[in-house]
Amino acid sequence: MKKSSQNISKKIKKLVEKSSFSLSYDAKRLISQAFQEEKQKRPKQALGWILENAKIAKRDKLALCQDTGLPIVFIEAGKNQELSYALVDKIKKEVARYYKESYLRRSMVDPLLRKKPNYKEAICHTQFLSQVKGLKVTLFPKGFGSENKTQLKMFNPTVDFSQIEDFILNCIRQAGPEACPPFFVGVGIGGTSDQALLLAKKALIGRVDKENPDKYLAKLEKKIIKKINKLGIGPMGFGGKTTALAVKIKKEPTHIAGLPVGVNISCHALRRATVRLR
Amino acid sequence: MNVIKMPQDKSRIKKLKAGDQLLFSGIFYTARDQAHRKLVKAIKTKKKLPIDLDGKVIYYCGPTETPPGKIIGSCGPTTSSRMDFFIEPLLKKGLLAMVGKGARSQTVKLLIKKYKAVYLLAPSGCGAMLSEFVLSKKLICFPELGPEAVYQLEVKNFPLIVGVDAKGKSIY
Repeated sequence: MKKSSQNISKKIKKLVEKSSFSLSYDAKRLISQAFQEEKQKRPKQALGWILENAKIAKRDKLALCQDTGLPIVFIEAGKNQELSYALVDKIKKEVARYYKESYLRRSMVDPLLRKKPNYKEAICHTQFLSQVKGLKVTLFPKGFGSENKTQLKMFNPTVDFSQIEDFILNCIRQAGPEACPPFFVGVGIGGTSDQALLLAKKALIGRVDKENPDKYLAKLEKKIIKKINKLGIGPMGFGGKTTALAVKIKKEPTHIAGLPVGVNISCHALRRATVRLR
Repeated sequence: MNVIKMPQDKSRIKKLKAGDQLLFSGIFYTARDQAHRKLVKAIKTKKKLPIDLDGKVIYYCGPTETPPGKIIGSCGPTTSSRMDFFIEPLLKKGLLAMVGKGARSQTVKLLIKKYKAVYLLAPSGCGAMLSEFVLSKKLICFPELGPEAVYQLEVKNFPLIVGVDAKGKSIY
């Protein structure tokens, strides 16, 4: 028992360090590609800074961004897995512990009292999924420059998809330069209001450089990213080709009376890491 | 490239135009949401300010903890528009420049013009890289705010872009 407990600690430590000190591999790949393709001076310089920053953060074990986010943990358990209170509690507490030990920022605070910020337990979502093997833990530190731009809209079920598209484009326009473009855009469609926003966030934890296995969604993603990149906001708001690096959509069945759509944006510093506990 | 050394280049910084790039050497005072609330409250209740704002530069930044052997941790800019509401009393006290990320409101652009101040953009989401331009860090006030306390940062060749110039013209 003691040995397995130490083993979990070690894995959570790795999770915190990896997700805070290094840009996710898929995100970096897309940023490098955007850097190669950009012709204009200022957006190219901005993308160059982003890549340089990633290099320095990894080399010096420094947080990529001072906003080390609000830690969100997704625990995904496969068939035949058991999940105990003790394990979930340990994961939450170890994330807070390693936030502190990795010199990340004390960013969490009571929402109303706003007394001294500190490290607090991660927000934790648990889910049992038939397609998952074993027990997977993903840490997604979410910075608030982009989180503050989250939007939800409860559409009429008979709405034309172009209206949903307009809503997403408007979210990007309103996010603008201050949410740290180029963005990774997560879109959740269906379920209930809370579920649509959770899906939007989950869309960002999957690979962002791979085509959506759902052909229909893949087509929509391609159409939307083209339109977003015509907005011309660009890296750090300096214009150019790339306002979004990826658009990822997840959908789930919803009620016949509704069509919830949630949009969750990640800044260019997309950070997340996954470990397998079992 | 415009090389700006403060305080001697105070008048030069006001002549820069929106979109100009500069390397800034001098002092930043970090202050974000809660520090702004406290500073403005002190001004409104006529209490003595813990820092003299005349000719100073405020950096909208809440750094991470400082790892051992480092001067500072990751220290990039936060969203400036959240501070829009607070800036007039600070400009009245002589604040020269603000450093952050993102656009400012129309009102703030007019205020910047009125008080002949300047708004500068720091590379956003590049806190690790920016830590390399910081020579020293010293706590000035509001330690109870943790990362939102006011720190004095001495910086050298810190890369910036003029967001709103002293004539109120914006890059965005």
